[in-house]
Amino acid sequence: MMEPSAYLLLSGILFGIGVAGVVARKNALIVIMSVEIMLNGVNVAFIAVGSHLGDPTGSVFAFMVMTVAAAEAAVGLAILIAIFRLKETVDITELSVLKW
Amino acid sequence: MAPIAIDAQALLQSTYSILPEILVVATALFVLFVDLILPEENKRVLCGVSIIGVALSLFAVFSMGPARISGFSGAVVHDGLGAFFEIVILSACALTLLMATGYSEWEGTHKGEFYSLLLLSTSGMMFMAKGTDLMTVFLGLETLSIPIYVLVGFHRNRMSSIEGALKYFLLGAFASGFLLYGIALIYAVSGTTKIPQLAAMLLDASLAGNPMFLAGAGLLLVGLAFKVSLVPFHMWTPDAYEGAPTLVTAFMSAAVKAAAFAALIRFLLLALPGMQPAMGKILWILAVLTMTVGNLSALRQDNVKRMLAYSSIAHAGYILVGMVSGDVLGGQASLFYLLVYAFMNIGAFGVVMLIAQKEDEGYDIGNFAGIGFRYPVLGALLTLFLVSLGGIPPTAGFIGKFYLFSAAVKNGYIGLAVIGVLNSAVSIYYYLRLVVYMYMMPAGAEAPAPRPPRVAFSLALCASAAVVLVLGILPRSVLEFAERSVLSLLM
Amino acid sequence: MEPILFMLFGAIAVGGAIMVVTRKHPMASALYLILTLFSVAALFVLRQAHFLAAIQVIVYAGAIVVLFIFVIMLINVPENRLPVERATVMRLLGVIAAGLLILETALLARRFAMPAAPAADSGSVQAVGRALFTDYLLAFEITSVLLLAAVIGAITLAKKKI
Repeated sequence: MMEPSAYLLLSGILFGIGVAGVVARKNALIVIMSVEIMLNGVNVAFIAVGSHLGDPTGSVFAFMVMTVAAAEAAVGLAILIAIFRLKETVDITELSVLKW
Repeated sequence: MAPIAIDAQALLQSTYSILPEILVVATALFVLFVDLILPEENKRVLCGVSIIGVALSLFAVFSMGPARISGFSGAVVHDGLGAFFEIVILSACALTLLMATGYSEWEGTHKGEFYSLLLLSTSGMMFMAKGTDLMTVFLGLETLSIPIYVLVGFHRNRMSSIEGALKYFLLGAFASGFLLYGIALIYAVSGTTKIPQLAAMLLDASLAGNPMFLAGAGLLLVGLAFKVSLVPFHMWTPDAYEGAPTLVTAFMSAAVKAAAFAALIRFLLLALPGMQPAMGKILWILAVLTMTVGNLSALRQDNVKRMLAYSSIAHAGYILVGMVSGDVLGGQASLFYLLVYAFMNIGAFGVVMLIAQKEDEGYDIGNFAGIGFRYPVLGALLTLFLVSLGGIPPTAGFIGKFYLFSAAVKNGYIGLAVIGVLNSAVSIYYYLRLVVYMYMMPAGAEAPAPRPPRVAFSLALCASAAVVLVLGILPRSVLEFAERSVLSLLM
Repeated sequence: MEPILFMLFGAIAVGGAIMVVTRKHPMASALYLILTLFSVAALFVLRQAHFLAAIQVIVYAGAIVVLFIFVIMLINVPENRLPVERATVMRLLGVIAAGLLILETALLARRFAMPAAPAADSGSVQAVGRALFTDYLLAFEITSVLLLAAVIGAITLAKKKI
């Protein structure tokens, strides 16, 4: 099997792309998807290290991350629906009742 | 593979080690069930049920005592530190629920969902405070955050509430990503996620100096710093606190902070004593930034809720001062301050809630004009809480700050202590400004009367006031308890 | 064989991720997200994490992205009302942050060598299941609380009347 360093690099790249998406995009839906990419980057690292060490902790942790991702997506999208009902927008910079 | 042998003894002990959490989760489920069969006009029973559940859980914590019980193959441990934080978190939850008897009636939050989310969030905080595996800490953090995102947006027809929820959610999810990446890097270097094992491995200098480990620890710190809203990770705090239903703001400001600090203290004191010099410098900068930015921003606020939000940022900075020292004295001071802070801040929010009446507009400082003489009890209570937040004797807030700054001085961080004291002086200005409004300004022509508090609500206010006063005069026993809690961690 | 497949799927995953964060319409992003998720699942298979690979496809691509697509169709923002994204300081900051992160991990990963590992089975259904119900039982139970909270929360926020 390959050394995990290449996988770690890949995980860093995915994580970085996710971070860029969260910081740079205005569309809340795409921001949430960018968070999912960050979490995928994390999972690549967990799986690569776990399989290298022959330790199921990596897989279990990745499993937990997926569960959390599902829960976060459900709640985040529900918040978006509630916002859209009031204001018909998904632009996070257009929300200015409170200062951003 | 051989079938798994079930060790009944170990399973029983494991279950016992999380008994308080089980009681809280069971209450949340029971509330959901009772919600189904209750008629609409009797929903306040739910609040009573929740209070009983929290009281039972608090009783369980006390009867389990500070003895060390670890469970689930080292995923969780009930020790002095865990017990201390459980008491802080459960007290905050109990005060919130007592105040909910009134608040829910005015603002329409007598809902099964509201109470069960509050309880589930509480259970997440308790898991986080007791977790000795980074996995438990992470899951506890998420279990506390997800209900809080929803509770912030619970008034979903009020734009500021739902908007606060979105901002909190987006930045919260972003920060969880960093926390997770930090854990992944630590796991990559060390091959474990258990904090005690990490502590043992860190005695070996090659791991402590490993750049990947340092990056991981740094990212982990960022994730937790976000939750306790340290500057520069505080952008969400004013908006989420201002938009949220005030009751939720009170709960968040005390309990979420306590839980995140519990994890931070466990990680920093247990795993990173060898990295103290470098870590101390980073925490020093964070503490100074947090105190200063929090206080200076609070100065300019005319909205009382927003002012309290910025002041809570500043208080996170004070608590961090205790951790810069990184020894038992500092840890003890931080613990004591977290306990005191929970009572005084929830108390202050409670009085403000009664006076302000309406979400959004009600919190303008002008609405507080003339309250002091027209409603002497409310005025006196709010003054007491504000004085304590400002750190003026003879209140518990003063004792807490005194121990925090003296721990810093004893460890040679004199500059930090001076900056802290200067910050306290600045904070007194904006706390007393509100007091001045209450006592020196004439009331507006049609100033509405504050809401009459219910019995339970008054009980919560009196209990908070009593704690603030009693700990201000006789802090000895609680300080000793805090010291034992920190020591239990290091043993 | 592994290096070739790693390069292939890694490139697809990164390409998909870049497309997700750069598309204007969220629907396009969601579809590229599926691409990324599938190639990450393939990487999991390369690392012998068969259970997680299956979960990745079934739960992540199958459930979470479908949820995204439902919501995109539900709120159905017309093309001309999508947020206008201009080159702003934030975007520049985003790209710089990403670049720094990638650079950092590249430096870290280059100098990173792990101890030789025993060839143990760590990602099969059996191994993961065993770990989940023994050492990580508590974590497993906490996720049930977490999911319950998420269900209650999502319903509370999105239902017409509560």
